[in-house]
Amino acid sequence: MTALLDALLLGAGYNAALVAIGASLLGFAAGASGTFLFLRKRALVSDAVAHATLPGVGLAFIAMVALGGDGRNLVGLLAGSAVTAVIGLLAVEWITARTRLAEDSAIGAVLSVFFGIGIVLLTVIQSMAQGRQAGLEGFLLGSTAGMLFQDAVVIAVGGSLAVAATYVLRRPMTLVAFDAEYARAAGVNVRHMDLAMMGLVTAVTVIGLKLVGLVLIVAMLIIPAVTARFWSERSEHVVWSAGLVGAVSGYTGAALSASAPALPTGPIIVLVCAGLFVFSLFFAPARGVLAAMLRFWRFQRRVHLRQGLLALARAEPIHDAFTLRVLRQKGLIRADGVATEAGRAQAAKTARDEHRWAIAREVHQDTALTGRYDGLTPIEAVFTRDEIAEFDRRIGGPTMVASGGPG
Amino acid sequence: MHTLAVKLATADGRVLTPVAPADSPLAIRGLTVSYGEKPAVFSVDATFAPEAMTAIIGPNGAGKSTLLKAALGIVPRVSGDVTVFGRPLAAARSRIAYVPQRASVDWDFPTTVIDVVLMGMYRRLGLLGRLRPSHRETARACLERVGMADFADRQIGQLSGGQQQRVFLARALAQSADLYLLDEPFAGVDAATERAIIDVLKALNAERKAVVCVHHDLATVDSYFDHVFLINVRKIAEGPVATTFTSAHLQATYGGRLAMAHIEQLNIADHAS
Repeated sequence: MTALLDALLLGAGYNAALVAIGASLLGFAAGASGTFLFLRKRALVSDAVAHATLPGVGLAFIAMVALGGDGRNLVGLLAGSAVTAVIGLLAVEWITARTRLAEDSAIGAVLSVFFGIGIVLLTVIQSMAQGRQAGLEGFLLGSTAGMLFQDAVVIAVGGSLAVAATYVLRRPMTLVAFDAEYARAAGVNVRHMDLAMMGLVTAVTVIGLKLVGLVLIVAMLIIPAVTARFWSERSEHVVWSAGLVGAVSGYTGAALSASAPALPTGPIIVLVCAGLFVFSLFFAPARGVLAAMLRFWRFQRRVHLRQGLLALARAEPIHDAFTLRVLRQKGLIRADGVATEAGRAQAAKTARDEHRWAIAREVHQDTALTGRYDGLTPIEAVFTRDEIAEFDRRIGGPTMVASGGPG
Repeated sequence: MHTLAVKLATADGRVLTPVAPADSPLAIRGLTVSYGEKPAVFSVDATFAPEAMTAIIGPNGAGKSTLLKAALGIVPRVSGDVTVFGRPLAAARSRIAYVPQRASVDWDFPTTVIDVVLMGMYRRLGLLGRLRPSHRETARACLERVGMADFADRQIGQLSGGQQQRVFLARALAQSADLYLLDEPFAGVDAATERAIIDVLKALNAERKAVVCVHHDLATVDSYFDHVFLINVRKIAEGPVATTFTSAHLQATYGGRLAMAHIEQLNIADHAS
């Protein structure tokens, strides 16, 4: 426990502190930029991009060794991975645009082919004299052992640039994610914006290779976004809370793995992130599962209340025990089942709103609205004033004719 | 391409319209759009009248929406060029407001009514411009115009179809454009919304703005619009409702799909006189 506390307070040694700071920066960049991918419903393209980095890592190593340098130079390896990642991304885009294949098929094809090539290259490198200690397989699942200061600098600079670009492009990216047709009509180049979005994700993937690895980086791009979505109904908030979720996961995960020997950093970061997701899934205030259950229970009560009030309005006997209990708790009936003053007034209002709702359902063939029909939500909260006036006009119409014509 | 389109039009025996393209809010020459091999819109010329309310009319699959989308560059054109207020499209984008079909977006998107309206101002705000209280006030005023001011902070998924359509219209209003292009704004909305929308459009028209709607309800053409554009892959006719919305043109547009009896019901014969 003290080991974990030490790690959380950056007291577990120089290397652990570097890793923790790097991981939180990476987490923030991945969470924020990944949100747009999630909102654009293209989250899985990032998986293809991530797997397409592997051949680049291998090729860059071979090239650097062939040129007589140190094959393990991180900047060189990352540059190589970026090149094949972009090729993979363009391959997905090209297949989707030029053939009848859907994007998911294109992702599957590109992901497996590039990953296959990458594994072949790694095997070839294993047989090279300089290849044995290369440690390139660390790029698969991340490896923080022996992380250097310059590696942390790469992550810090790259991550900050990605966050800055996300900030600058947030408006056009939101527009494209929400309504691509409108964005195009407003003069936004949707294709360029999609490429920018994917370019950001590629950059985050590449700088995250060392820490989290290409297999799991997709988790850092997507899980923070879906976690943040539970907490907000506004895209701007979702973007920055996703960054926060990513940063907290990165920092905590890195500290956890530093506090005990043989805990792999990347997977632990992802598990922390998944923990936040599961927590949000159940406990988020509006969109969480528990909130939904609570809402349903309240809804059920309201339905019973409405049934009871309608029965009172029509002077029908009430037999349902739950209904009677609800009415009694609200002080609408006395213990002997007779309506109170308040009960009679509410019953009359309910009967009138019931009339308006009946008209509303005739006018709006819309389940999104009729689903909100529970007899207690004030009708004014669902419909605009002119809409309600329209309902009342329809209710009033025949009565006026019956009582001697309009005027 | 341009001269070819003119030649084709002449060969078809069509008379090029009297409105000069330079005066038109939206002029299209030789527009062809194709999904695969089959053209959705073929060699269409259109010169929408200035300061007019124009309905684009035609049967399902006639290329009504495609015409608008291609004019705006939303779908790629095979050929054709577009001028807006006499200038190339790219130079006049800020003068156009487009209202897409409601079904084209995901309504569970995390955004509120007022945020959607503010999207109409993104172009003016630029990438880094600060969102000021004055922008919010403008957005609220636009919501007020469509009768949705009380709904500003709602998540958009909680709205009815008609309310969603009003929000889209408010977003277009926030652009303060000179040309409004609407794709089926009355499709699947309730009567109150239809009235609210047409009132806003007529008010825009009174402010000398041009309004072009893809429209499907022949019965309301006469009361809502003053110009029509009839299309069935090729252009059939365009001009004022009084002279162009005739049974002969409708027959040519809809072919056998619109019975003579229906045309007579529309009571349009007297327009021709």
